[in-house]
Parts: sequence; structure tokens; C-alpha cells
Amino acid sequence: MSINKETVKKISKLARISVSDQQASKLEKNLNSILSFVEQLNELNTEKINPISTISNQKLIMRDDVVKVSNQKEDILKNAPEKNSSYYIVPKVVE
Amino acid sequence: MNNLSNLTLVETVEGIKSKKFSPSEVLSSYEERIKRSKKLNCFISETLDQAKKEIKKINIGQNNLALLGAPIAVKDLFCTSNVKTTASSKILENFVPTYESTVTQKLWDQGAILIGKLNCDEFAMGSSNETSYFGNVINPYKDGKETLVPGGSSGGCASAVSANLTVATVGTDTGGSIRQPAAFTGIVGLKPTYGRCSRWGIVAFASSLDQAGPMTKDIKDSALLLEVIAGFDSKDSTSINTNSSFFFKNLSKQIKGLNVGIPKEYRVDNMPKEIDDLWSEGIKILENCGAKIHSISLPHTKYALPTYYIIAPAEASSNLARYDGVRYGHRESGRDLIEMYENTRSRGFGDEVKRRILIGTYVLSSGYYDAYYLKAQKVRNLIKKDFDDSFKKVDVILTPSTPSAAFKFGEKKDDPISMYLNDIFTVTANLAGLPALSLPIKHNSKNLPLSLQLIGRPFDEQTILNVGYAIEQEVKFKRSISDWWM
Amino acid sequence: MNKDFNYFLQGEKEKWEVIIGLEVHAQILSNAKLFSSSSTKFGAEPNCQVSLIDAAMPGMLPVINKFCIEQAIKTGLGLNAKINSFSVFDRKNYFYADLPQGYQISQYKFPIVGEGEVLLDMSYGTKKIGIERLHLEQDAGKSLHDQDPTKSFIDLNRSGVALMEIVSKPDLRSPEEVGEYIKKIRSIMRYLETCDGNMEEGSLRADVNISVRKVGDKNFGTRCEIKNVNSIKFMQQAIEFEAKRQIDLLEQGKSIDQETRLYDTKKNETRSMRSKEDAHDYRYFPDPDLLPLELENSFIQKIKNELPELPDQKKDRFINEYRLSNYEAAVLTADKETADFFEKVAKNSDVKLATTWIMGDFFASLNKLQKSISNSPITVENLASLLNLIKTNIISGRIAKEVFEMMLLDKRDPKIIVEEKGLIQQTDVKEIEKIIDKVLMDNQDKVTEYKSGKVKLFGFFVGSVIKESKGKANPGVVNDLLKKKLS
Repeated sequence: MSINKETVKKISKLARISVSDQQASKLEKNLNSILSFVEQLNELNTEKINPISTISNQKLIMRDDVVKVSNQKEDILKNAPEKNSSYYIVPKVVE
Repeated sequence: MNNLSNLTLVETVEGIKSKKFSPSEVLSSYEERIKRSKKLNCFISETLDQAKKEIKKINIGQNNLALLGAPIAVKDLFCTSNVKTTASSKILENFVPTYESTVTQKLWDQGAILIGKLNCDEFAMGSSNETSYFGNVINPYKDGKETLVPGGSSGGCASAVSANLTVATVGTDTGGSIRQPAAFTGIVGLKPTYGRCSRWGIVAFASSLDQAGPMTKDIKDSALLLEVIAGFDSKDSTSINTNSSFFFKNLSKQIKGLNVGIPKEYRVDNMPKEIDDLWSEGIKILENCGAKIHSISLPHTKYALPTYYIIAPAEASSNLARYDGVRYGHRESGRDLIEMYENTRSRGFGDEVKRRILIGTYVLSSGYYDAYYLKAQKVRNLIKKDFDDSFKKVDVILTPSTPSAAFKFGEKKDDPISMYLNDIFTVTANLAGLPALSLPIKHNSKNLPLSLQLIGRPFDEQTILNVGYAIEQEVKFKRSISDWWM
Repeated sequence: MNKDFNYFLQGEKEKWEVIIGLEVHAQILSNAKLFSSSSTKFGAEPNCQVSLIDAAMPGMLPVINKFCIEQAIKTGLGLNAKINSFSVFDRKNYFYADLPQGYQISQYKFPIVGEGEVLLDMSYGTKKIGIERLHLEQDAGKSLHDQDPTKSFIDLNRSGVALMEIVSKPDLRSPEEVGEYIKKIRSIMRYLETCDGNMEEGSLRADVNISVRKVGDKNFGTRCEIKNVNSIKFMQQAIEFEAKRQIDLLEQGKSIDQETRLYDTKKNETRSMRSKEDAHDYRYFPDPDLLPLELENSFIQKIKNELPELPDQKKDRFINEYRLSNYEAAVLTADKETADFFEKVAKNSDVKLATTWIMGDFFASLNKLQKSISNSPITVENLASLLNLIKTNIISGRIAKEVFEMMLLDKRDPKIIVEEKGLIQQTDVKEIEKIIDKVLMDNQDKVTEYKSGKVKLFGFFVGSVIKESKGKANPGVVNDLLKKKLS
């Protein structure tokens, strides 16, 4: 499989990264070379193999239903590029 | 007092505890070197002034603290409370966490003092430290007149330890980011078993592969540092609840009768002769130490890198979605929210990071998930099974750390694949979650360090440390650096 | 009863059937969030219940709340569903200002709860609605768009709150069934105390999937999804509008686009949210920060053993134990508080009286006062006491209604009211005879008429006697005595 410029633009949109036409051409080349590299995996028959998404075989640890965090408003707003005393502020969301 | 920075971590702490020298004297000697080593560009932030205040609070009587008075800089991927943490990215250029990562907290709890944050590849994505927003780190080793990359992603860590700018450090390793730069700079780097150290508070690259670990001047230091940073953390669901281990106390060079595997698939095409020879030397040393050598097969080795370059970018594409200019970090303007996102992420991330986000987005996208991501998860299982099988026969696996010695700037920058090939020997341990250690063996004809890698069973860091210790005693490697930049 | 199902829509040309499936989002009643330790309380100051994890600060990791898992299992059992011993948390990736991680942790391929069913009591009989699955997921924060002309404000208090998404099969066929289904699910969750079901506070929301097909067709049509409708009334209006819209399009020979639509409550119409739909490709994959959730049988069994009686079981028991009609039992068990109230009153007075009074005057008064059982002015004890006064003939039904009105006002024990106001029913034959004699004396002309055949006047005599006794004379005794005197 190989991807064209249009696909590069489409996935850039999904990833919320704007790319110029020029960047898209370069990316098209780079991404295709990476894709053809990883497509070596197609040499393997993996029909009966289970996929693994994590290497650990531990049981999922669980937390008790206890509120431990009190008001951290200052901490979470501290690094915000735009805010007021209560909210994060962003450019208008257009639906 | 200049030579205090030549000491290892263990020697430094012992010296402080036995009052041979004071923590302030140690700090001053590092401070002086750091000031004269700006050219290497190891540090993104220095916290020496803060360190001077902290060091005064140290109580020399606290003999129970494993790192008492040790000045330590850490990779700028660890969130440090009230100290800027950038992940070497423009997007986090001015980010100041209000919290401390579990691993670094453990350092300070044992009496270590933070002296700065070390440069690395942006979001730990790279093998030469060339992707950092804060510029290249330079290797203290040189090829004649030409400067060399320190490797990556923990390039600042590696150069800083190698050049005696920090007594030891902690880096992170997703596909080789501790071991490859350690190899390029002649130091010891250890990637622990996945789950051995908490990932809480470390800027994430690929969650199922990331692991923090020590980068030190020798094996003893790695054993000590691992002992400090290891441990279950209830804040990290993937950290493993095992008994605590005393790696330092249990360190032994007695490896007689140990079974060592030599995987034939690591003898890759076009492997330089010096690497091949290095490997043979390593085998000989182990035989001399009384170990038994076995040829083993890890048949899916060649698929490790392609697997890695699907899984790591896939996870990264999602892990890096939080850098959107809303709650912290860099923000570009935009007429509406979506335009703000796109501008922020386009200008806030560097090329390599964007490349990986896009690849990751693609391999997870509808219609391609099965062909790429699911396939890679299956091959990952095959790679893990290869190791499971081998470790029924052998106790440890010996391979080269890297396919070459350190290379020059720009050499591989425009070809992602040739850059990725740097991780060919290291990436398998991440995919299989195994502990792996890189240790320097010798210098090549150009006086550049060459290193071997030891891969162990899950949670058996002790064995690879012991084998590494035995080899270290035999080869008596000494870094050969001229301080040319001063 | 025994009516036939009849929700078919007549278009210009054809008769249509509406096919509806619901995705209900129910907020789990827990103290802390699904993956962090911050509070879930409703109505806090903005951004005051947000942990570093909820704000997706770099390096933060999720750790699951055990109680939320138990609540999901409980709810699954309440829906007669299969509990999956293996389930996986996935990341659903999309960008939105109030989604800090850039993904929502949800469950995709392997949900914690599989297929189940709920039963609805419809006027045309019992209808079985299939449950496709129930999974756990995080809620997002809130964006405020009305504070500034060019900016949106973000509050992350809800970010990370635990939700159960309950997905039905496309088994619903009318707005009425949708209403009953929501009420039933809500009732089950309230019985289990897994969700408070409060739609106003957003702890229960639903996405509605709707399509239409000609009556008799076997295949489903293309469906549209109406997002986040937060009241049963609006849901029903939205369905009616959307079904008509689809029928009109199809009858004009046009096709339906599979899309997400928004219901505008002010205009009572649905409209396309295509801008949002376009870019959506959620790229689900297993969250590498979490391991798969593997449940031991004993863990599930323990929850099963501790399950309370559920609405359907309670209804059956009420029918058997109290001889209630299906309708009465359904009404009285629809929520647990009502059922408990009824049962206590009935046990302490009389089943028949309790049934009629609770379903009648009591519900009517709560409605009028806009109160719920928990803050009703009439307690179990007082209502039982009132019904006992009726049962033992101390007061008449008519007087009881007066006393009930007074109880609403001053919340007092009816016995005291009755005594104070002297409302005790007159059953003393001699006393009543005296009154009857007086009434007959005063109305001799009517007595003559009655005796000459105008028997209808009997009612007039009864009424006059009771009136004369100020309502206190026992109507039965009055009847008997009058008959004797007039014969």
C-alpha cells in the first residue's frame, strides 16, 4: 500500500497538524518509505497468532472509590496559555 | 578539587558519607565543568543555584540515604516540580510542572540533588539527538576534527555522564534511547524490565515500551541507581508489584556455569567488521569467566524494527494528542478552535515528531488498523515468544549494542529508515519488555567507544548486571576524552 | 389492555414503521472519577474538581476505580446481561476542547457487559427489548460558548467522570416505547443505586438511532443518530420529527444520509451536524496505560449474591403477595421508594386501601405539591394510621379525604386531627335514629311522595341525614335504619 498527497492531507487533518502543499509532498515521500519498510511484516503468516497490546501479565490494579484530590484549580490552570480565574479559554468552537 | 567529578556515583556517595569531601565540594566541581561545557549543549535547564541551597540542608549523618549529596541532572522528559520540563519540544517550551515524577522523587528521597534537565530528542523520538528543539547535543568523543552525535534519544544524558557533567543520570528507553547513546559515549546504560520503574510523571512517548533507567559511569553505579528508582507504583497501572531487589548488594562477578545465548539473527548484513570482532571478543571474555556459550535463534528479529515503527508511532499519535495548546504549552493563534489546534501542533512539533504522529495516525485509521497495527501486535507476540523459548535454555543473551560507533551530524538526518536502523539491536528488548544493558568494551581504531548488550529474563536485572560486572572487570574500559571543548 | 400496537406513520403514499435503538449514557454513582481520585459532585465551582490526570497533564496515568467496575457489573446483572470476564479499555481518539487527553478511554471490541434484555409493560402487552452491550467510559468536560463572542470557556469538572453506555438493540418501535424503556432502565439503576437517573443534571442522557421502513419490510433503512437528548419528552418529539423527515425524503424518492443530527428543542427539529461527522475516524486501540480487565468468577458471584430485589421481581411478588393487578403492581414498583412506601403502608394498614389511596390521592397530592416521596408531608406512619381509621370505621371515606388535606398542611397524626375536630364517625344507632327522625319530620311531604312510589328520593334522605350529622354518620348504618323507617 502506498499513500498519496491527498491521504497525507487527510491524516494531517485527523492529527490536527496543518501541512502546506510543499510539506505534504515531502511527507508523502517519507511516509511511503516508512510504510514500505514496515510492510515487511506481510511476509509473516500471523493468522493464528494473538495480538498483544501490553507485555505485562499482571492483573489490572484497582483503586478504592475515595476522593483524595481536593481543589487543584490553581495547579491545573497554572500553565494555561489563556485563562481567567476559573476557566481555560480557547478560540470559539464552531459546530 | 576538580577531580571529584571523575568519581563514580558509588565513590562520590561513599566519600561524602565518610566525610572525605563535602557535598558542596562535589557540587562545585560539577558546576565548574558544566559552566565550561556549554558547547556540548547537554543542559536545557540548569538548577545549580537551587542545588546550592538544597545542598546546605543535607545532613551528612544520614548514612541510610543511598545517594546522599549526589548531584544529578535528569533527562528533560521527567516532570520536575517547579522546574521547567520541555521534552525538548517547542510545544512544551515553557511548561513548569507542579508535580514530580515518581522516579525522580525517589532520587531526591535518597539524598540526591537536582542540578539540571538534560537535552534529548524531541519527545524522545530520535537516535542522534538531532530532533531536539534546543539544538544538537555534542558527543564528548570526536572523530578526528569532526564532532559526533551522542546518540539518542537520551543524548544529553549520555554526553553529560561521559563528560563528567553529572555523576549519573536517569534516561528513558523506548527503542534503545538509553542503550544506544550510552554505547556512543562509552558509558553504561540499563533499560529495566517493562513495569520495573514507574512511568508516572514521565512525558509519554509509547506507553507499552517506555521505561526509565540508569545511565552511569560503571556497572556498580547502575546497580545502585536501579535499586533506588525501581519499585511498584500504585499510580501506574503497568508498574509491576514484585519484591524489592538489592541489585547493588547482590552484585557479583561470579558467573561460572551461566548459559549465554548468541542469537545468530543479530549477525546482520553489512555489519562492520569492528562490531563483529567486538562481539567475538565478548564471547571470549565470557568463556574465560566460565560461562557456557550457546548459539540460539530468535527467528523474528528482522521484524522487530518494522513492528516497532508501527506500534511506537501509533501509541505516540495518541499520547501526543494532549498537546493542543489548551491547558499548557505553546499556543499559536487561530480564527477558531480547529485552526488553533492545527497551527499550534504544526509549529509546536518538529518534523520527526510530526512524521511519527502521522504514521501512527495512519496505521490506526479505519481500513488500515488490521493491516498495520493489529499485524504488528501479532508479530510482537512472535518476538516475545522467541525470547520466551530462548530463555528456557539460556540465562542471558549477548549482542552488540549498536550496528556502528557514533556517527557524524547530518549523516542520517534526511533518511528516516537509515536512522531507524540504529535501533536494530536494542528495539527487541522493548517489544518483549525485557531488561537490557549496554556496556562499553573498548575503543575502535578511531578511538570511539564500542559496546555490547546483555538481555535478560523479565525481572532478572541482577543477572545482566552480574554478567556486565564480570565483563567490566576483565576489559577495564576507561573513557578516553580530552576535554577538547573546554 | 389488549389494545394492539398501533404506532405506524401514514405518509402520502405508504404506511411506515419506525425503528429505534438507544445509546443511554448513565453516570455511575461514585465518589471519585473512573480513573482519578477527584470528586464527582454535581454543581461545584468550575475546574475545582479536576485532578492532574483529568486535565491530562504530561506523564499522568489512569488507575481504575474498582467501585465503578462493580457498579457496571451490577447494572449488567440488572439488565439480565452476560458479564464478560475479559474486557479491554480502548482509546477513542478525537480532538475537542473539553477532551483533555485528545482521546476518551472507553471500551470498544471487548465491553464489560454483553447481551441482555429488559421487559416493558405496554398497554398491548409485555415487550422485550434486547440490550446489545454495556461498557464503561469517561465523560468529557464542558464547553461554554455563550460567555464571549469570540471565545469558548472550558470547565473540566466532569472530565473523567464514570459513565456506563447502555446500547439497546434496534427493538424499539415508537416514542412511547422509548419513554417506557428509559423509565425502565432508570428504574433498574435506581433500584441498584448505580445511577441516580437525573436527566436534568445530565446523569442520564441518550443518543437516539432512528430509521424508518415500510410496514411489512424486513430490512432496516439507513439510520440517523440524534445526539445527546436530555429529556424523555424531547426524545419523543425528536423521534416524531425525525421519522417524518425521513418518510418525506423517502417518499420523494430521495435517500437518507447516515449522519449525526442535533435536536433543536426550541424549533422542534433535527439538523445535520455534518461538520463534525466529516473528520471522524476514532482510531480505537487498546489503551497501553491500562491492562485488560480480567474478572474472577467469585468477584462477579459476590456482586450477584448481594443484588437487591429488582423491579420485575418486586412486581411479580406484589401481584402474588398482595393480589394487585398487573397495572397496579407496575405503577407501585416503578421506583423503589414508591414500592417501599406502599409496602410499609400496606403492612401496617390494609392492602386494598393502601393501593387505592397511594395511587389516587397520595400521588395526586405529591404531583400538585411537586414533591417526591422522600420529602412528602405524609409519612408512612400517618398514612397507615389514616387508612386504619377508615378500616375500623372510625371515620368515613369522605371525612378521610378532609383529614388527608389537613395532614398535607400540618403533617400531623390523623388520629389527633380527627379527635380535635370531632370527626369520629357516628355509628351509635340511637344517635343516628334521632337524626333520621328529625329529617323525616322536616320532610313529611317527601316521605309521602316516597311511600307513593318515588323511590329515587331515598338518596335524598341519606344525603340529608349525613349532612345533618356533619358527615359523621356512618353511611351503612344510615342506609339500614332509613330502609326500616320508611318501609
